[in-house]
Amino acid sequence: MRFVPLAAAGLAVLTLAACTAGKEGGPALGSQSKPSGTAPTALPAASIELWHGFSADSEVKAFTDAIAGFNQKYPQIKVKLVKGVQDEQITQAVRGGRPPDVASSFTTDSVATWCKSGVFQDLNPVIKQDGVDLSGLPPVVNDYTQYEGKRCVMPLLTDAYGLYYNKALMKGKQPPKTLSELTKLAKELTVRDPDGTIKVAGFIPSGQYYENTAGHWSAMVGAKWTNPDGTSAIGSDPAWKTLLNWQKELIDWYGYANLDKFRKSLGDEFSGKHPFYQGKVAMGIDGEWRVAMIANEAPKLDYGTAPMPVDDAKPDLYGSGFTAGTVIGVPKGAKNPEAAWALVKYLTTDTGALVTLANAIRNVPTTKAALESPELKKDEHFQTFLDIFANPKTSTIPAHVNSVFNQEALQGFVTSWEKGSVKDLDAGLKGVDKTIDAKFKLSGG
Amino acid sequence: MAAVPLRRREGFRALLWLSPWLVGFGVFFAYPLLATVYFSFFNYDLFSLKFNGLANYRYFLQDERAWLSIGNTAWLVVVMVPAQVLFALGVAQLVTKLKSGVGFFRTLFYLPSLVPVTAGTVAFVFLLNPATGPVNRILALAGISGPDWFGDKDWSKPGLTLLAMWGVGNVMVIFLAALLDVPKHLYEAAAIDGAGAWRQFRSITLPTIRPVLMFSAVTGVIYTLQYFTQAMIASRVAAGVTDAPGTSFVPGYPEMSTLTLPQWLFQTGFRDYAMGYACVLALVLFAASMVFTLVLLRQFRGFEEVAE
Repeated sequence: MRFVPLAAAGLAVLTLAACTAGKEGGPALGSQSKPSGTAPTALPAASIELWHGFSADSEVKAFTDAIAGFNQKYPQIKVKLVKGVQDEQITQAVRGGRPPDVASSFTTDSVATWCKSGVFQDLNPVIKQDGVDLSGLPPVVNDYTQYEGKRCVMPLLTDAYGLYYNKALMKGKQPPKTLSELTKLAKELTVRDPDGTIKVAGFIPSGQYYENTAGHWSAMVGAKWTNPDGTSAIGSDPAWKTLLNWQKELIDWYGYANLDKFRKSLGDEFSGKHPFYQGKVAMGIDGEWRVAMIANEAPKLDYGTAPMPVDDAKPDLYGSGFTAGTVIGVPKGAKNPEAAWALVKYLTTDTGALVTLANAIRNVPTTKAALESPELKKDEHFQTFLDIFANPKTSTIPAHVNSVFNQEALQGFVTSWEKGSVKDLDAGLKGVDKTIDAKFKLSGG
Repeated sequence: MAAVPLRRREGFRALLWLSPWLVGFGVFFAYPLLATVYFSFFNYDLFSLKFNGLANYRYFLQDERAWLSIGNTAWLVVVMVPAQVLFALGVAQLVTKLKSGVGFFRTLFYLPSLVPVTAGTVAFVFLLNPATGPVNRILALAGISGPDWFGDKDWSKPGLTLLAMWGVGNVMVIFLAALLDVPKHLYEAAAIDGAGAWRQFRSITLPTIRPVLMFSAVTGVIYTLQYFTQAMIASRVAAGVTDAPGTSFVPGYPEMSTLTLPQWLFQTGFRDYAMGYACVLALVLFAASMVFTLVLLRQFRGFEEVAE
């Protein structure tokens, strides 16, 4: 029996790590009396820490430049930048009582959880106090930065998704506007050996390929993720069926095994060996940041950009796309919430700061003023994405407490579906609903 | 009359001497276990605590991925642990039979266990890469078309088993010591009685090294129930997912075949922040370790009785 306590002790350590209580700290934003006036110098001297997700040297430099602009306005506030931070680190730092003063995330996936559990402070009181005008934000951006009336983050920059096509491979053909045009063109542009081995793919319809996520694709058919009560709409919205049936038809045309082999032979998404640069893929869905990457990694590539092709039955969707962006806010327990809010406000509403960042990183700025600024660098490729972002039908994955879980549940299903392991699509999608709803119920939804 | 206070004083002294252990037991075992049971009845996202009765347990019964991960963990316990123990025993046996170069081979077989787990796992995924890895090239020379290893749901766990067998050095060294401890004269006597190699192994070697065998089986099972790092890294490398901010990674690639219970527990607790439910998974893991350990102890006790 000597080993029983040993076994128990081993697991005890695991469980100890899993389950202990958190603590409170730091003054809440807006609870302190406001220094008279809004003059930058009215804020006391402070040194604050900002955690962000950028890690490439050029991106970090852009961020440092934007902070330099802030320091001209607020010389008494010192900002320390910490790069390459992920959502989990932010949540755990807040929980451990040592949060940064300002934190930024690359994704909008955690926004609902953060707002609901109070990891980030509600910005509404200070927005009202300072008279910040948010009417310039597109509705979709408004959606992904708040949850149940709490605005706990501000949008910093955003990403928009569209279609990239290789002009040389297209041989003068126009980019497809509907899914059936996409299928037709994909078949025409594909080059195969007699045994089915793919040399050049017109379009890779696999959900396992780079940016081909269910989220990005949902914009092509206007598919709905959730019902107003937070339960899953995937099984009941016929748009998902349209999307998946379109996908499966093209997959079957290639042959799943052929496509899988081809996909696994391709280079890394974030390297100079991207198959789009090498002419191995003629068309693909990608984010606006690819424009900057192509300029760096494949400057000679002759390509074009266009909105995503859309469901044949919903032609009015053409011109829209998918968007989601970087968010920034003040975590609970921040030591200097007032100085932190000053920085957040500067970075997210100051046109100069937004344009500096957008130009350096080649992301889309979120405010109307920044979008219209003459300083914003534009070219024909980038303009496509600015237009997609500005399109009123452009969509996002709505904030949900289980956002990542829901996306994974659907993505996992898409993987089985494209492989041919799903016999009944309706029943399968209902199964996804069941998984999502059970989890939602567990989270207290 | 004086005996009672004396006994009481002795009892008190015993407690005093035991106190470091008692404190350790309380802080590192009793409290976490009780807290885990307590939180398992709550909806706990690390910030707010809300009683939800048996909802976490009910959710467990319908959580497909939990059952998948339990299946994968069970596969590893049933296949990987015996494979490791048998391989280590075989290698140790071979090394004892060597006439020369014992030191060299002992070092050679022990070395892999010094390689950091992460580095070893990454190297293995590259070795077993279906397109560029040397293993499949060598197999191809022999006319065998190698599998997709960490990219194929049927081969990913065997791939992890190979990795575990490669790093079996620690167990091998213990077996080696145990095998060298078996009295030589027993073999000599058995040989005179006409016992062959297999009979000698069964009737002399196995009973003598039984405690060591039990130790390695029990620790192997406990270790495998907590199998996390190798599976997580292998699936990440094979899936080609970088750990960059903004990317979300789902463990278990390909097709959930490498998702083990501790990974699902971690994912549930620290990604979804469903701590209450993660506590249920922790309790399941705890119960599984207890059951496996008790079964093993009973098995070995039976073995001991037969052997004697």
